[in-house]
Amino acid sequence: MPAVARTHDEDPVRDNAFKRELVALIPHLRAFARTLCGDPTAADDLAQDAMMKAWDARGSFEMGTNMKAWTFMILRNQFYSEKRRSWRQTQLDQEAAERTLVAVDDPEAPVALDELRQGLGMLPIEQREALILVGAGGFAYEEAAAICDCAVGTVKSRVSRARRALQGILESGNYRRDGSAAGEAMAAILAQAERLSQAK
Amino acid sequence: MRRSRSKSPSLDEARLRQQAIGVRLRQMFDEVVSEPVPDEFLQILKRADDKRAGEG
Repeated sequence: MPAVARTHDEDPVRDNAFKRELVALIPHLRAFARTLCGDPTAADDLAQDAMMKAWDARGSFEMGTNMKAWTFMILRNQFYSEKRRSWRQTQLDQEAAERTLVAVDDPEAPVALDELRQGLGMLPIEQREALILVGAGGFAYEEAAAICDCAVGTVKSRVSRARRALQGILESGNYRRDGSAAGEAMAAILAQAERLSQAK
Repeated sequence: MRRSRSKSPSLDEARLRQQAIGVRLRQMFDEVVSEPVPDEFLQILKRADDKRAGEG
């Protein structure tokens, strides 16, 4: 095991507090990893690596600051360093996409979910992560910019381009499966949104 | 095969569509968040924590 620089030397109370907060973040790390990798198994490997990196680096974390953003940053860095080592492996290929679809066994899941996943997978990775962080992860543009190590304006523009592109993909039926009529995915998403808003 | 749309969606409709995608996106993310965490995660963390305690 490599030695880890610690600014806070052995402090069991602090470590326990850190651990509790980290454990609570695991579901979010898994969700973020899933959107980056596509493939659930690869995503869990990534989330585990990120969790352990965060644990090893706990001494450098300032308790009371945004641990979610901090761990997301670690996960993202891990994703890109693995991707540099093996670009091919982390591409969302058709096979991985199919496995993702099989993993969704929620009987209530409407057909549009498949297309949304596929559409997301077709976006450039920078746009995809920006859209997920802001649109689903609950991060402010400023936080997403810190996580992605870029300017706030860049995040805004990526999110906006991602939204337009995704809408275009869903409306044209231009995702990677044939057999559905154009616009069907978008219609299903609209119907689903309507059901959700009525349920509230 | 593409069906041609009779007219381009109005601004309001475009906004509605974006909201619908946003709702679905959050739902997709939240579905994974609400999955039970595989035991492996907690076991790995526990092993690391036990190791730390053992070093102390």
